[in-house]
Amino acid sequence: MKVTIDGVEHTVEPGQTVAGALLRLGRISWRTTRNADRPRGVFCGIGVCFDCLVEVNGVPDVRACQRLLVDGDAVGTS
Amino acid sequence: MAAANAAARAGAEVVLVDGEPTLGGQYYRGTPQRVDPAVEHLAESAVWAMEGLRLHIRTGAADSPHRTGTVVDADAVVLATGAHDRVVPFPGWDLPGVYTAGAAQTLAKSQGIAVGARVVVSGTGPFLLPVAESLVKVGARVLGVCEANSGTGWLRHPRAANPGKMAELAHYAGMLLKLRVPLWRKTAVVAAHGTDRVTAVTIARLNPDWTIRATRRIEVDAVCVGHGFTPRLELAVAAGCALKDGFVAVDERGATSVPGVYAAGEITGIGGADLAAAEGEVAGAAAAGSESTKSLTGARRFAAALADAHPIKPGWQTWLTPETLVCRCEEVTYQALCAATDLDAAGVRTLKLTSRVGLGLCQGRMCGRNATELAATRLDQAFFDEAALHRRPIATPIRLSELAETPLEPQEDP
Ligand SMILES: Cc1cc2nc3c(=O)[nH]c(=O)nc-3n(C[C@H](O)[C@H](O)[C@H](O)COP(=O)(O)OP(=O)(O)OC[C@H]3O[C@@H](n4cnc5c(N)ncnc54)[C@H](O)[C@@H]3O)c2cc1C
Ligand code: FES
Repeated sequence: MKVTIDGVEHTVEPGQTVAGALLRLGRISWRTTRNADRPRGVFCGIGVCFDCLVEVNGVPDVRACQRLLVDGDAVGTS
Repeated sequence: MAAANAAARAGAEVVLVDGEPTLGGQYYRGTPQRVDPAVEHLAESAVWAMEGLRLHIRTGAADSPHRTGTVVDADAVVLATGAHDRVVPFPGWDLPGVYTAGAAQTLAKSQGIAVGARVVVSGTGPFLLPVAESLVKVGARVLGVCEANSGTGWLRHPRAANPGKMAELAHYAGMLLKLRVPLWRKTAVVAAHGTDRVTAVTIARLNPDWTIRATRRIEVDAVCVGHGFTPRLELAVAAGCALKDGFVAVDERGATSVPGVYAAGEITGIGGADLAAAEGEVAGAAAAGSESTKSLTGARRFAAALADAHPIKPGWQTWLTPETLVCRCEEVTYQALCAATDLDAAGVRTLKLTSRVGLGLCQGRMCGRNATELAATRLDQAFFDEAALHRRPIATPIRLSELAETPLEPQEDP
């Protein structure tokens, strides 16, 4: 499957989550907090903490740890 | 899964609704599961509200605005929404590279990913051992497992005679030995250091009340923490089920205080995967008007003994500095929480409104219990309304656009 992450094309295996793909690329944080501008990535890994938010196909606030990638997805980090 | 199978065997028409794309819950994820072919399985389907025995469901990719809405009316509902890790805060716990133990486990099991190369696992409870094992399996070097309690008390517990479970724990302990992962008892990670990611942690030797005796620092690139589990009670609370000691109160058939609503698994008490499945079987059969011959007494006793041996001790509160975040979403510091309690925030709701703790995206799922415990200490009084912590009108996140287009009645089959 081919997906783009921040505009760059990557090949991923089916079954990978957005968080899984980002971590595999060595990225452990991909957003910053509203107030203190602190970096955040995965914390709970099961959809509870909302630390891991990304944009998928133009829709913001998608939990990267919950979202399975599908062919053609465009992921954006802030 | 166990509840659905048991109910189907008892002749009921069964719909299994699960938020995950694949069956198995937190434990069996990554290993393919099969359910009775008579069961209709709605995967990637989140129950976002429950009114009586009516379930409101959204099906589709997580957080997508394009999910479809359905409404199911049932004669009986078995709730088995599980639990998530509880993590008590410490300085630096919000740095990237700090994960919950469950996150490390899930990323290892379902994505084949090691969260770091040099990892420390810290917290309390038997769950830390399989987490360390999973980490090693995906190639991480686990420098040690910090167990904050002495961790052996349960071995001498007279009620704890459960050969199967003991063997499982012995297996993990033996496995750690074999993998050369040291188990450091009465210790904890009490601070994580780094600017944009964790580069080191402070490990403390603890007193029995978890206050710090002595510390040392070691270099790591990831740390995994878990202090037991918090049950996911939104649906049970929405359904009006009575709680007991922070869990859904059930009788020996899994029936809750609400007629037609049953509960099984971690929301009725933390007991691990086998007990959860046994409870599911009992509750599923009961919900279908039948009866299971399974006895849960022994396994429940063992679970209770294990829980007794792994309490959360109040000394964790002394690990915090004024700048330590209590609420990750709204970035409320310990200092700000204290300021709010000084204004006499004498209840969960007031505390939330004055400090904003728990008002962020996770709606207090991560911080609620920690914040109320801190406030209770500060005010020297317990104001612990368990249901208030879990009262969320929308059980699982849905988008406003989805809310607007959602059907309120079951749709006729085309
Ligand atoms: C990340 C993690 C890893 C764990 N690993 C282990 C382990 O290795 N060994 C062990 O003994 N125990 C482990 N546990 C403890 C584990 O929770 C139990 O042992 C066992 O999985 C409990 O089963 P359950 O059915 O109660 O809950 P779960 O297995 O948690 O299943 C609950 C299911 O309900 C779904 N759900 C919740 N809310 C909704 C909703 N509103 N709508 C639709 N679906 C919903 C979830 O998606 C999930 O699939 C782990 C727990 C966590 C959080
Ligand atoms: S990591 Fe917690 S919601 Fe994704």
